[in-house]
Amino acid sequence: MSRAYTRFLLGKALPHFWCPGCGNGIVLAAIARALAAAGLSPTEVVVVTGIGCWGKADDYLNVNAFHGTHGRALPIATGIKVNRPELTVLALMGDGDCATIGGNHLLHAARRNVGVKAIVVNNFNYGMTGGQYSSTTPGGKATSTSPFGNPEEGLDIARVAEAAGANYVARSTVYHAAQVEAYIREAISAPGFGLVEVASTCPTYFGRLNGMRTATDMMKWLRDVAASLNAARDLSEEERRRRIVIGKFCDRRAPDFNQRYEAIRRVARESGFNPGVVNIGR
Amino acid sequence: MAREPDVRYLQGNEAIAEGAFAAGARFFAGYPITPSSEIAEIASRRLLELGGVYLQMEDELASMAAVIGASFAGVKSFTATSGPGFSLMQENLGLAVMTETPCVVVNIQRSGPSTGLATKPAQADVMQARWGTHGDHAAIALCPCSVQECYDLTVMAFNYAERFRTPVVLLADEIVGHMREKVVLGGPRGVEVVDRRRYSGEPEGYMPYLAGEDGVPAFAAPGGPSLGRANSSMHDETGFANNTPENATAVIRRLHDKVYNARSEICHVKEYMTGDCDIVLISYGATSRAARAAAMRAREKGLRAGCLTLTTIWPFPDEAVARVCRRAERVIVPEMNTGQLIGEVRRAACRPDVVGLNKFNGLGIDPGEILRKIEEVRT
Repeated sequence: MSRAYTRFLLGKALPHFWCPGCGNGIVLAAIARALAAAGLSPTEVVVVTGIGCWGKADDYLNVNAFHGTHGRALPIATGIKVNRPELTVLALMGDGDCATIGGNHLLHAARRNVGVKAIVVNNFNYGMTGGQYSSTTPGGKATSTSPFGNPEEGLDIARVAEAAGANYVARSTVYHAAQVEAYIREAISAPGFGLVEVASTCPTYFGRLNGMRTATDMMKWLRDVAASLNAARDLSEEERRRRIVIGKFCDRRAPDFNQRYEAIRRVARESGFNPGVVNIGR
Repeated sequence: MAREPDVRYLQGNEAIAEGAFAAGARFFAGYPITPSSEIAEIASRRLLELGGVYLQMEDELASMAAVIGASFAGVKSFTATSGPGFSLMQENLGLAVMTETPCVVVNIQRSGPSTGLATKPAQADVMQARWGTHGDHAAIALCPCSVQECYDLTVMAFNYAERFRTPVVLLADEIVGHMREKVVLGGPRGVEVVDRRRYSGEPEGYMPYLAGEDGVPAFAAPGGPSLGRANSSMHDETGFANNTPENATAVIRRLHDKVYNARSEICHVKEYMTGDCDIVLISYGATSRAARAAAMRAREKGLRAGCLTLTTIWPFPDEAVARVCRRAERVIVPEMNTGQLIGEVRRAACRPDVVGLNKFNGLGIDPGEILRKIEEVRT
């Protein structure tokens, strides 16, 4: 395999600070490989990160970077992308950033179909702050704030993004590293909002508190719990909820926000920028 | 070449929008809220025409974040809101401070707390504009008292934002935002527009937070030859995290000093009849119009009253306030709140005897009320 992807990594910043057995490094390498495969140069790429373990990912990437506030990676990335559509803008978020504190922004970035690509690492808990439950922690699982089990159900990020209007949505796990890279590559080349969710390992907290003390245990769990979209069709609703359904949820070609905004601009220009003379079915 | 003056009859909010476009703003992100919504409506139309982008975000957290993202991408950006929205923007106002991202936040103040008197004027976000976002930081806030100033100070707000690479708050109030007056756009020589200093050295040598002599770093937009990097975490010149106590001290100090060292240039005040006054009225925004009317009526009654109108409230114009207060026997601070800026006046003037005239019922302060206060305090 070509080593060209290393130009997207900051070698001097490595080794990374994540715990042994964390899946973040697998996703980081997948991103670098996907960017190289897309033939991009580092100056054409912007990564926007939030807060959390995965929020530190920009420290290791040799591209333009904006390390922002917790949950706000998507609206920051939106402000960049709508003004500079020629740039490849990636929002790197954990389950806290994307689905919990920033959940509202996920709905609207997908609905707006802005050309940002969300790379979401879902480790089912808040690693950075000591392993508390997040909005993707499955019901019943132990975390440091649900020591007797989580009373809430977890959110299905991929299905929410698909329902909200994202053009491209796929989910995989860090056990399926090649698939992760392929999905990121596809998301980058697809128009509109793209989201790749990667179920990941956290042996330090989520694994340790739920009977998976080592990285190997967690990798075996991801291998066994994953069910392809095809296989999941034959499962009962209850069984499906216990599994992580992986695959490509949608791959649409709807015009993105910028295309639609420019179409509106043409209409406005033809009217002499006079809304009174535009026939939009009033 | 001198051009014909562009004289209009505009609402304050309309003048703010036009001021923003004249200053070069080409991106607006916001969430409509009374009494600021006209600015969003105008931006939605005019930015199509000007080649910019209007985005209506899902809330004010996202609005502020998108404004910062756009400015990081090299586009002058702004938002407009009122109390409840301004509260949500505090989180990312701090992000703009820390990442040194220029932007303008317009707050057309209304009565609170919370939903409060949703459409009624107030001046109760004065301290929020200074300290609303957490952590030590400098702040710049400008208060227009006329439609002309809505235009002029919006341009000034963008110029300060660009020059110092910091967020600037245009702290207007519902009265000024919704009043209509004559306004001259552009001026005879056009509008003076300041743009952030751009990096022009070798691409590899770019350090996003290496400050110049004025304490302000040079900017490089993504997509150019250099890699841009913004960081909400404590960072050094490279833009990468650096948590050493020495670095934290230097960064916080620089973020503060780059604004406060230029305090004498940023602090603008207007004086009316202060040369010989016994009683001085210190005010800002719409209230300063009532103060001027009251001072003139007081003069007709033989009372030597004068006015100090604060155009810049943050940084606080300590020197001008101290100088005017030194000469006056009595100092009155009328404001549409329970007493916010009066504390700064007392501090700057070293005078605990400064008297407040406070109104917080959703109605503006009228000249008669101030005149009665003048008569009450003279002895």
